[in-house]
Amino acid sequence: MNPVPQSPNLQSPILEVEALGRRFGAFTALEEVSAVFGKERITAIIGPNGAGKSTLFNLLSGALAPTAGRLRFGGRDMTRMPQARFAHLGIARSYQITNVFPRLTAHENLRTAMQARASRYDFWSRRDALSGLAEQADALLADIGLADRRDRPAASLAHGEQRALEIGIALASDPKLLLLDEPTAGMGPEETKEMVALLRRLGETRTILLVEHKMKMILGLSERILVLHHGRLIADGSPAEIQADREVRRVYLGQSGGYGHA
Amino acid sequence: MQTLDQSVVDAPPGAVNPRPAPRVTAGFSRWRAPLSILALLTLPFLLPSQALAVNVLIYGLYAVGYNLLYGYTGLLSFGHAAFFGTGAYVTGIAIGAYGLHPLLAMGLGTVAASALALTVGAVSIRSRGIYFAMVTLALAQLVYYAALQASSWTGGENGLRGFTVSRIALGPASLDILDPQVKYLFVLAFVGVALALISRILASPFGAAIEAIRENETRARACGFDVERSKLLAFVLSGLFCGLGGALSAIHLSIVPLDSLAYHTSGMAVVMTLVGGAGTFFGPFVGALVVLVLEDVFSLWTPHWQLALGTVFILFVLFLPRGLWGAALERFAFRRGRS
Repeated sequence: MNPVPQSPNLQSPILEVEALGRRFGAFTALEEVSAVFGKERITAIIGPNGAGKSTLFNLLSGALAPTAGRLRFGGRDMTRMPQARFAHLGIARSYQITNVFPRLTAHENLRTAMQARASRYDFWSRRDALSGLAEQADALLADIGLADRRDRPAASLAHGEQRALEIGIALASDPKLLLLDEPTAGMGPEETKEMVALLRRLGETRTILLVEHKMKMILGLSERILVLHHGRLIADGSPAEIQADREVRRVYLGQSGGYGHA
Repeated sequence: MQTLDQSVVDAPPGAVNPRPAPRVTAGFSRWRAPLSILALLTLPFLLPSQALAVNVLIYGLYAVGYNLLYGYTGLLSFGHAAFFGTGAYVTGIAIGAYGLHPLLAMGLGTVAASALALTVGAVSIRSRGIYFAMVTLALAQLVYYAALQASSWTGGENGLRGFTVSRIALGPASLDILDPQVKYLFVLAFVGVALALISRILASPFGAAIEAIRENETRARACGFDVERSKLLAFVLSGLFCGLGGALSAIHLSIVPLDSLAYHTSGMAVVMTLVGGAGTFFGPFVGALVVLVLEDVFSLWTPHWQLALGTVFILFVLFLPRGLWGAALERFAFRRGRS
């Protein structure tokens, strides 16, 4: 059932963001953000707290509807689509705060997430007999290094394991576009290294957008960086360009201590 | 008023205990319906009266139907009496006023309860937590007062009478429903089929979908589940089984008291489910048994039996939040060395 993952087409962009904006009452969280994605495998989105990174992610994953602008995915207009359609069409996200199904086992977490794409209103079949999903969930479990935690409830896993499961749930739908919100949040250096290796591997077959605070990691991992500040896109370029950008330096001035660690 | 976080990180249904639930092997879940039916077959021999045993079956089914929504989907409804009562009233009216065959009347009652559940669900499903509970309570009260006012149909305060079923014709044969044993088996036949269906639904992909919604609605939606539609379907299924319970109670009692639509009948479903174990397959029957037996015992001692029952309920919530059956399953799982 899982088709062979296609590498991002270099000719046509996978995701087009056009003057995207979101207001909450009088507060503008995001304004006039435009960008085209698909050429680069891994793109990082950075910015100080409150810059609009989470809002952008919520718009790109369909959790929020934009109040301005347009969103196209694979050439299809997604601007007014319900969130479930985003997932069906191949956009998946992970969360900054671990957001798994706590009382389901690790295996059931992944199997259920896979099922969301295959079958939703089947009242009669046995869920574990559904077109090889159980086997695929086992394979994915091994991929993210949780094979020996198969039948443990997610709530009982260690923090790093829950983070891996978090990514696993996002991967379960075999997405073309993967939105990762601080995948290494709260991880030690060792775990972070493993996660970076996993992200590199994932980036070979799909487009990844990630929000991160660990600058050193971002500079080593991403091919492109977007910088948000006060809800606006203030820079968009390669890591080298971003490091040389005056505006970016000004925004981060005095905060470099907070963002320099890795 | 929407804030940044609120729309994204919805609170998990607070009514459901966040600790890992006891997990029993898949092999056991295949047998849960037949085992439950076997256990229910022994009930008339264990209880002092047949009428009590039939009541356990009927209220057990009612609580199982309720558990589908509360225990498995994570939605706390305070209005399920509307479906139980509607099932009972429509069955009674179809027999008494229109002379329908009892089985047809029961079918009609169940369909009516499901249709009502579709309506109530469509109105209430988008509200959350305590608001959802309040909307379902308000709509159920609406049904209660409608039945109270439409006394030419429902008998108003006196309840619906005059549709006594003594024999049910089944082709050439006919069941003597006044024989307590026949009546018990008749009710058990329906309860058994309902249990088999519910077990099947819970083991299905749809069962996995509603569990995912209960566990983490935000994530389930992000995974691609249509949360609203799944909740509505669970609501209708829940109403259907509660309606069947009501239809059976009409046949059993030969009267439909107005109380069957009252809010304390809704509360009954909550209490029985929690005492037995929310989110467990057989728990609601255990809860129904315990609550009905306690009600019998306490009402012999004191006219304030509801006070005593309420105290027991509070003790359960405080000290045995998984309920009797939930705690027993946990023990069983622990002994087998599983977490």
